[in-house]
Amino acid sequence: MRKTLLESLTHGSLTEPAPAPDESALAELATKVGRTAQARLGRSLAIREVDAGSCNACELEIHALSNAFYDVERFGLRFVASPRHADVLLVTGPVTKNMRQALERTYNATPDPKWVVAVGGCAVDGGIFRGSYACVGGVSETVPVDLHIKGCPPSPMDLLKGLLALLEHVGAKR
Amino acid sequence: MGILDSIPYVNAVLSHRPWPRAVVTETGWKAAIDRLVEGGLTLLGFWGEPAAVHMALLDDGSAEIAVVTYACTAGTFPSVASRHRPALRLERTIHDLFGLVPTAADDLRPWLDHHAWGKPYPLSGRNTSRDARPYRFLPAEGEALHQVAVGPVHAGIIEPGHFRFTANGEHVARLEQWLGYTHKGIESLMQGASLEAAAKLANRTSGDSAVAYAFAFARAAEAALDVEVPQRATWLRALMAELERLANHLGDIGAICNDASFALMHAQTGILRERCLRAANVAFGHRLMMDVIVPGGVTRDIAPDGVSALRALLTELRKVFPRLIELYDNTASLQDRTVTTGIVKADYVRRFGAGGYVGRASGRDFDARRTLAYAPYDQLSFEVPVLDAGDVNARVWIRIREVEQSVELIEQILGRLGPAELLTALPSGIGRGACEGMALAEAFRGDVLVWLRLDGELRVERCHLRDASWFQWPLLETAIEGNIIADFPLCNKSFNCSYSGADL
Repeated sequence: MRKTLLESLTHGSLTEPAPAPDESALAELATKVGRTAQARLGRSLAIREVDAGSCNACELEIHALSNAFYDVERFGLRFVASPRHADVLLVTGPVTKNMRQALERTYNATPDPKWVVAVGGCAVDGGIFRGSYACVGGVSETVPVDLHIKGCPPSPMDLLKGLLALLEHVGAKR
Repeated sequence: MGILDSIPYVNAVLSHRPWPRAVVTETGWKAAIDRLVEGGLTLLGFWGEPAAVHMALLDDGSAEIAVVTYACTAGTFPSVASRHRPALRLERTIHDLFGLVPTAADDLRPWLDHHAWGKPYPLSGRNTSRDARPYRFLPAEGEALHQVAVGPVHAGIIEPGHFRFTANGEHVARLEQWLGYTHKGIESLMQGASLEAAAKLANRTSGDSAVAYAFAFARAAEAALDVEVPQRATWLRALMAELERLANHLGDIGAICNDASFALMHAQTGILRERCLRAANVAFGHRLMMDVIVPGGVTRDIAPDGVSALRALLTELRKVFPRLIELYDNTASLQDRTVTTGIVKADYVRRFGAGGYVGRASGRDFDARRTLAYAPYDQLSFEVPVLDAGDVNARVWIRIREVEQSVELIEQILGRLGPAELLTALPSGIGRGACEGMALAEAFRGDVLVWLRLDGELRVERCHLRDASWFQWPLLETAIEGNIIADFPLCNKSFNCSYSGADL
C-alpha cells in the first residue's frame, strides 16, 4: 500500500485543466435562472443525482466525474446523499411513470433555491423511449428544468462544461 | 439425449434458429416444469406473448438449449413459479404485461406494474381493468423485529429500486426487493420497430452492458435470417465485449472496496476504468461503444490509432493491476469486510441458474462464451475462473481473474483482425413469413438472452431481452440474511445487478 500511496504523491497529477463552461448552457441559463436568492450559495453546489428511469449509462458517466481525471470536487461541486442537502438535482432518464412520484417528492424535498439539470437525451424529451406507455417524457414535463445537458450518454467533459456553466451563472448573481 | 426427447410436444417450429422450439400441451409444459424441479434442466428464460408463453431451457451437462411454448387458449397457463421459484418474478411480469393468468399460482402480486401506467396489461391488446391495491410485502413476525424501508431514490449515484428490510437489531432477518421503477416498456417499443431502431433500444436496455446486448440482439437477428457475419466484424465484436467487461470489472472492484471504506482502491481502479473508456473512444468513437454492433456486422472499423491505444491500455493494465491485486490481498482490514460476508449457497445458484460472477463465485461453472462457444470465442483460448466460497471476497476474485483473462483475450484478438469487410447486407424482406432467432451473449455480469421474431419485412414482431440480473436479484435476498444492515451496500455492490436491465 505504501508503494501505491508514495507513487501517487511523486507522480504528476492526472487531473486535467478545467474546460470552458459550455456556451449554449450559459445561454439557456441566462433565460431561465432569474431568481434572486442565488447569491447566498457562492461557488459551491451540492448535487443530488436522481435516476428517473435511465438505462444507467448516464450514471456511469456521472460517476466518472469523481475520478482523478475530472475531479469535480475541486470546483466546489459535491454529490450528496439526500435531496434535503442539495442545491441541484441532476436528473436522468425518460421519467418512467413508476418514478414520476418519487421525482416529484425528491424535488419537493429539496430546499429553495434549487436548480434542476436534466442529463442525457432521454431527460430532454424521452429520447428513444418517447411514446411508451410507461414513460412520461422529458424531465420538464414533471419538474421545472433549468439546464439540459444532451448526449447519449453525455461524456464527463460535457457534464463538466454544463455544470461549470451553472456554477458560473450562480456565482455571477452574487 | 435431447431436451425435447423427454418432453412430449405437439409440433416443432421450423423457423426458429439455432435451437429448437416446440409447441407443447399441458402434459409437455408440466413435464418441462418437472425437469426444472428435479434439477435436470435450468430455466434460461420465461416470457409471454398475447396468447402464449415460452420457456427457454438449458441442459447444463450437454449445453443443449430448447424452447417450449404453451398456447394460452383460455388466457391461462399452468404456473411454473408455484413449483419452481426462479420463475416467480418472470411469471408475475408475464401477468403484468399480458394479463395471462398462471393457474394455481401462489403469488400473483404485481411486479413491474405499480398502477401508474394508466392501463393494465399493456401488451395484451385488450382493454381490461385491474384492481389497484397497495403493494403487500411478505410478512416477517417475531419479537423486536423492525422494518427499514430504503428507496426508490438511494443515497448514492445508483439506479432506483425499493428494499424492505426486516431487522432484528443490526441483523437482517429478511430483505424483500420491489423493483420495476425503471420500467420503460422496451419490449412494447420493440414491436413493429425496424431492426435498426430495435438495435438502438437493445443497446440501451442496460447501458453498462450496451455491447453485450447489441451483440446478443444482432446474433439473434442473424440466426433468424440465417446470415453470416464477416470474420473481422466478429473479432471487433468480441474486442468491444472484452473492453466493456474490463471497464465494468475495474469499476466494480473499486466500488466494492469503496463500500468497505477503502477509498484508495476505488481511486486507482477509477483511473484504470477511465483509461479503458478513453481507449474505447479512440478505437470506436464512443466511450461505451454504443450502436457499433448491428445485425449483419459492425457499423465501423477500429480507428487507425485504435490498435495502438488498446496496446497502450494493455501495457498500463499489466503494469498497474498486479500491484492492486496485491493491495487487495494484503489489506487485512478490507478482507475482514469481504471474507465470509454475503454468502450465496451453491445450491441456490444452481437452482436459479445464476450466471456471471454470482454463479461462478458459488461453484456454477457456466460462461456463455465457453459453454455455448459462440463466435469468435470458439477460436480464442481463455479460462473461466470458478470458486466455491460464494462470499463478497469470491465475487471480487472472480472479477480480478476475469480482468486478467480479458487482457489476454484482447491481446489475442488484436493479433488476428483479418480483412476489412465489416457488414453483410441483410435481405430487404423474406418471402416465407415470420422467422425467429435466439442468442445469448456473456455480459460482464452474466448471460444476456435475446429472443425475437421478425415479420416478412424484417420488422420486429416480438422481442424479449432477459438480463442475467433476473436470476441474481433474488439471491441477493438470501445473501444478506443474517448479515448486518451496514454490510448491505457491500453485498449489493458485489452483485451489481442491473435495475434497468431487469425492469425493461
